[in-house]
Amino acid sequence: MPLLAVNDYSKIFEIHHLGRQIPVFQHLTFDLMAGQFLLVSGPNGIGKSTLLRCLFRSYLPSSGQAIFDSSYGPIDLARASDIDILTLRNEEIGFVTQFLRPRPRVSALELVAEPLLGSGIDEAEAFQQARDLLSNFGLKRELWDAYPTTFSGGEQQKVNLSRALVAPRRLLLLDEPTASLDIATRESLANRLGELKDQGVAMIGVFHHPEDVQHLIDDQVELAPIAVHANGVPGD
Amino acid sequence: MTDTSNPGAVVKSHPMLDAPIINRVPPLVVARNLTKYYGSIKAVDGVDVIAYPGEILGIVGESGSGKSTVLRLLNLEEPANGGVYHLQINSLANTNLFDLDRFDKRDVRVHHIGIVYQNPHLGLRMRYSASGNVAERLLITGERTFGTLRSKSNASLQASEFPIDRVDDPPSVLSGGMQQRVQLAKAIALQPELLLLDEPTTGLDVSIQATVLDTLKRIQRLRTITMILVSHDLGVIRTLADRVMVMRNGRVVEQGLTDQILEDPQDPYTQQLVHAKL
Amino acid sequence: MSLIELAQPNQGYSYAFLDAFAKRELRRRILKGIAIPGYQVPYASRELPIARGWGTGGLQVTLSLVGPDDTVKVIDQGADDSVNAANLRRFITRMSGAETTTDANQATIIQSRHRITEEILREGQTLVLQVPNPEPLRRVEPDMAKARILHADADYGQMWLVLYEQLVRFGRYIQGASYPVMVHERFVMAPSPIPRWDTPDLHQSAHLTLLSAGREKRLYAVPPYTNVYPLEFTDVPFEVEDQSEWACRTTGERNKFMNELPQDDGSSVFELSDTGYMEKLVNHQRGEDVTIGTTYYDSEGQFYHDGYLKPRRSRQESPDA
Repeated sequence: MPLLAVNDYSKIFEIHHLGRQIPVFQHLTFDLMAGQFLLVSGPNGIGKSTLLRCLFRSYLPSSGQAIFDSSYGPIDLARASDIDILTLRNEEIGFVTQFLRPRPRVSALELVAEPLLGSGIDEAEAFQQARDLLSNFGLKRELWDAYPTTFSGGEQQKVNLSRALVAPRRLLLLDEPTASLDIATRESLANRLGELKDQGVAMIGVFHHPEDVQHLIDDQVELAPIAVHANGVPGD
Repeated sequence: MTDTSNPGAVVKSHPMLDAPIINRVPPLVVARNLTKYYGSIKAVDGVDVIAYPGEILGIVGESGSGKSTVLRLLNLEEPANGGVYHLQINSLANTNLFDLDRFDKRDVRVHHIGIVYQNPHLGLRMRYSASGNVAERLLITGERTFGTLRSKSNASLQASEFPIDRVDDPPSVLSGGMQQRVQLAKAIALQPELLLLDEPTTGLDVSIQATVLDTLKRIQRLRTITMILVSHDLGVIRTLADRVMVMRNGRVVEQGLTDQILEDPQDPYTQQLVHAKL
Repeated sequence: MSLIELAQPNQGYSYAFLDAFAKRELRRRILKGIAIPGYQVPYASRELPIARGWGTGGLQVTLSLVGPDDTVKVIDQGADDSVNAANLRRFITRMSGAETTTDANQATIIQSRHRITEEILREGQTLVLQVPNPEPLRRVEPDMAKARILHADADYGQMWLVLYEQLVRFGRYIQGASYPVMVHERFVMAPSPIPRWDTPDLHQSAHLTLLSAGREKRLYAVPPYTNVYPLEFTDVPFEVEDQSEWACRTTGERNKFMNELPQDDGSSVFELSDTGYMEKLVNHQRGEDVTIGTTYYDSEGQFYHDGYLKPRRSRQESPDA
């Protein structure tokens, strides 16, 4: 059974005050196996991030199914109750983006360890893992106890990536994680993703420069205006 | 397409969602068909509130939407005109809390519910010490050892990240942010299952607001307490709430995951609200 | 025989001043008060030829109980000879024909403002205390309707909070007179403004205590042999005023409640507050044959119920340690 089976998946934004419906993707169908890396491709503005957000349920898909083979059993991410989605977000599905506003007055280390602290893991162990990851991404040691609100853009990216990747997940949704990273960090990220993939983590990613992770890609979904291409097979 | 010409039209967000299948833990709060009239005004008109253990549920809406009234009903502060209200707590699970007499309602409020009001005058005795305000909750339950009262109220104030060298100051000389921390310490002193927050940071400086919100987040994580947060401020809701209900004219127009409501609202009113505020 | 001859001569007032209906109401209220120790019973406070606030509450209770065979003692802050006490005593005896005395042992009814006698009252005696403010919750809950709900719920958290605040700010209970007490494990009561020194006397007493507030139209009671405990934290005991430092200038008596008499040179001398007791001591020292009763506190300052008052804390011992 695939880890994620997306079937006839569509998203149409409905803007009430304009009286407009804006279709983003329609009738999308693809499978993702555990340990597989799927690239979402297509021109800028086509809605690649929208697909990730629909799967994460930051957006509500308009129709179709996304059956996720959770550790609790299969569940349709398109229809799952909010509280179930929250559980999956806490335990199984991660969303990796650089662009999160850090909460004020929380140290970098605490911010990174937080997803682990919520899961009942030993506190010392959680902070150790957070330290490992921050050093892996090359955040200067003297910044670990500082507040990321004061950090540069590049430093904030490292904190965000560490936070997103610290807790074990079965599915990672990668929303342009490498954009504007320096070369060293980009390499660390690619290595980290490779490790996770080897551990069986499945990933769906949107990349500005897919060549950064070329060696990881197993398959791709291509989005095109109106007509939709699935699993790399051209439509009409 | 929804009829936008009728602003009173009630649109439930996404009734097609399934019932929970992963979460086997029943909700802590189950309130159904909450109704409250003030004269001919329907302040709350058939609202359901479901909150799960350990989550933060936001209720957002403009002034007069009925959100604070919902909170007062949940705090058993005033009688409801209709509806049922259950807390999933062993001794109470089969009791409609609205049916309890005044004495038992008070008992529920003391042991199971804490509240933080926007206006600290509602929640605090401004001329007693901060420590005394917290200790009062313990006194109500019959604690009669001064040393214990002192240490427990100080511990609760510390959990609210209130400066320990100021525990003997009365709230009347404390800043707004500190007053809210005293309210919070008082609210959590008896480790209630449910914490109600009514605009807890409204009126505070933005930087103070952030630190108070951060304290709330930390308390929620460390104590697995269920919080219901009423705010008109979408930034506050975004920072704290896991899920959010949008209220208007005494009804719930939409509810969902906080990021979904803020980023992909379905209801015309919510779309206006989100776009007006962000 | 004419109608005028058959009728009673016009006296202008009833026996003991109050009419029969007023006395009956008061006696019923008193019985209710005795049945529910510490509970404030409302009553219709009558007009009297003295002003409200000058002991009308105590006076109405006394007048509703007094008979020609009674012996009445009236004291004001311990003194039988204050103007107020003398006036009340004269009024009661003129209206009722009762005897008067200054000897606590001889009295059947003792009406008092702000003191209990030093000598232990016995069974059959009634102590009537004049009360200005019957509501112990007034300082924490000014709305009397709400205060009554708090009583109904036995919700005394705020009373305790006041004591907590005193300990936080001053390191000790600073309330002097009218120290709140728990009566019969149920109602918190303001024991009129008697000093803390007298408060323990109410506990398991042989006599009946009636407390009445004429202006506030409330009376309440501590029946004989009823538990009365001051509100105190388990680790910070209630203490009575320390009287061990000084002796009465007239009698040399120690460990009784004293009045402080400031002198021109800035110093103070002390004298027994209970003038009836002092009178008997003086007469005894002159060799007269007087019976002096046992006192609540012995000459060493020990209270007659062993163990009721916990040992005094040393001054260094802070509750905040």
